[in-house]
Amino acid sequence: MDALRLLTPEITITIFAFAIISLDIAWNDENKSRRILPWLAFAGGLATLLMIFYIWPHVDQYNYTAATDAGREVPMLAVDRMSLFFKMIAVLTVILVGLSAGEYVEKHTPFRGEFYGLMLLAGLSIMLLVSSTNLIMIYLALEFLSITSYILTGFLRRDARSIEAALKYFLYGALASGVMLYGFSLLYGATGSVDLATIAGSLETTQAGLVVAAVILMLAGFGFKIALVPFHQWSPDAYEGAPTPITAFLSVGPKAAGLAVLIRVMVVALPAFDVNWTPILSLVAIFTMSVGNLVALWQTNMKRMLAYSSIAQAGYMLVGLAAWSAAPPSAVAYLGGVDAIMLFLLAYMFTNLGVFAIAIILENQMGTSEIADYAGLIRRSPYLSVALLIFFLSLVGIPPTSGFIGKLFVFGAAVNQGLYVLALFGVFNSVISVAYYFGVLRNVFFEKGSDESPIRVGVAMNTVVTITVVMTLLIALYGQPFIQLAADSAQILAANF
Amino acid sequence: MPFEIPFVQIVWWAMTACAIGGAIGVVSSNNLFHSALFLVLSLFGVAGYYVLLSAGFLAVVQLMVYIGAIVILVLFAIMFSRRMMKPTEDEMNRQWLVSVIVAAALFSWLIVVVNSVSWPVTSAAPTADTVLQLGLAFLGSYLIPFLVVGVLLSAALIGAIFLAREKVEAEEI
Repeated sequence: MDALRLLTPEITITIFAFAIISLDIAWNDENKSRRILPWLAFAGGLATLLMIFYIWPHVDQYNYTAATDAGREVPMLAVDRMSLFFKMIAVLTVILVGLSAGEYVEKHTPFRGEFYGLMLLAGLSIMLLVSSTNLIMIYLALEFLSITSYILTGFLRRDARSIEAALKYFLYGALASGVMLYGFSLLYGATGSVDLATIAGSLETTQAGLVVAAVILMLAGFGFKIALVPFHQWSPDAYEGAPTPITAFLSVGPKAAGLAVLIRVMVVALPAFDVNWTPILSLVAIFTMSVGNLVALWQTNMKRMLAYSSIAQAGYMLVGLAAWSAAPPSAVAYLGGVDAIMLFLLAYMFTNLGVFAIAIILENQMGTSEIADYAGLIRRSPYLSVALLIFFLSLVGIPPTSGFIGKLFVFGAAVNQGLYVLALFGVFNSVISVAYYFGVLRNVFFEKGSDESPIRVGVAMNTVVTITVVMTLLIALYGQPFIQLAADSAQILAANF
Repeated sequence: MPFEIPFVQIVWWAMTACAIGGAIGVVSSNNLFHSALFLVLSLFGVAGYYVLLSAGFLAVVQLMVYIGAIVILVLFAIMFSRRMMKPTEDEMNRQWLVSVIVAAALFSWLIVVVNSVSWPVTSAAPTADTVLQLGLAFLGSYLIPFLVVGVLLSAALIGAIFLAREKVEAEEI
């Protein structure tokens, strides 16, 4: 019973999600649901975040043996510090996206209950996925995340582009899930177990070929969620067609979840295995960075450009995992590189959600998200222009912004393990990315726009932009607590639930 | 020694023929209705595997849910839309050659991998009361996934109703 405390964040967010959906049905009063439901979603996110902080100090008391003593033969979830960190990312994403979605939802759809309810449930699925230590649980949570994402992507159901985006996302996702399941079945067939820790114990070196095949097939499923090249084709179309707040959510939430589960499978199930993963992971990282950045150069639509930019950012994160895999095997679980990924992800979350908040504000006002329409923004809203400058500096990785700290740690981890070529590719790619980020900024600061009317920014939007700007700067200027947090969070348990 | 008919092997080959032949029929038929009927054959072959593996409950579920519910629903959907009944769609598209090459390469690689491994075989006898064991597992070790399935299905149901429900006055883009 006491261990149930560890699941309070999941329970809280589920209760709020279903409360929102039920109240939406119960209230016939249009006005009431319009005013209250967004705030209920916000309260749900905040309550879940509090629960995560509440159990944070207690996670070390529960470990694998405690769970098996309680009579659980098949562990399902691990509530460890790494999963709590990723849960925090997921819930912060839901809160920030929920806050910035208000006006957009108001404008485009009458179905508020479904929108906020499903978004909280998508948050729940990420929280489950980052904790899963069991192939069955991983598949369930991944499918949960997929289904909620498909629905949210196609949420503007009278908009052909939104429906097309959802359909493409769904078709690619179904295929990726199938391929991933085949990888799971190979692992299960070879070891007779679905538990990651048991799989690690029963793999034999004669099965190396099989494990490589299984990991590559599983990478299709996880890589689809993270949008790694070559599993990225769905993402530009889905990002462009989806409602913009959902695009913001897709660019952070599923990426974090996919990375977390990839890290967990690599660290727990295949720790000291006889295969050198570094070439595979490095190659995927290099392709992901390069394709994302090069194709982003040609984009004229902000959402599409950000889709390719976030593909490239995922490539940088994978550099951290490649660095982890390059470390010599040791008795203690080595997690260098993983903390770098988490720091990078924290910085990326605030920065990217900030950029999307600005994109949503401008789309609410102008009705488009073409980069050409950003011309002359400096005269219309100096605050948003400067915020955009800070966010883009952070995405490129120029100090004094959080993106610089993130990249410093990720590339630093690669250099530490002697992966100089990989780090060089990362730096080179950052230089390429200057071109398209600063292309937008040139429009904003130096071009003259046709419309000179000032941009109106609501309270919720203002809050989101301010929070993200402050955090983007704070992680760089006062980085020690955040670096410490990431380092402390690099702790993975086999399972405790 | 009297001549023994290798009954299990015969059934296994028959089921394999059903499953693979049905799957080939699904993708090669250019009539959508025929494809759906071939899908029944393929799913039936898989149900046969479950029987051979002493998983009777799963076999019945496979027949009832997949063939009894899902394929029948697909058939109804096809029959209700007149355009789909006519075999107009070409089953080949511009990318068929690339697909064949990729699929063949993947297939041969997996064949090599699967053949290179000595698969562990359990010596335990299959349990007789599978339904009882299944129920205990759902409410014991697999309680959390069981609950998550409940939430997942609710979310999917809400989403399906939302996407399929009729147009609302206030809805505009």
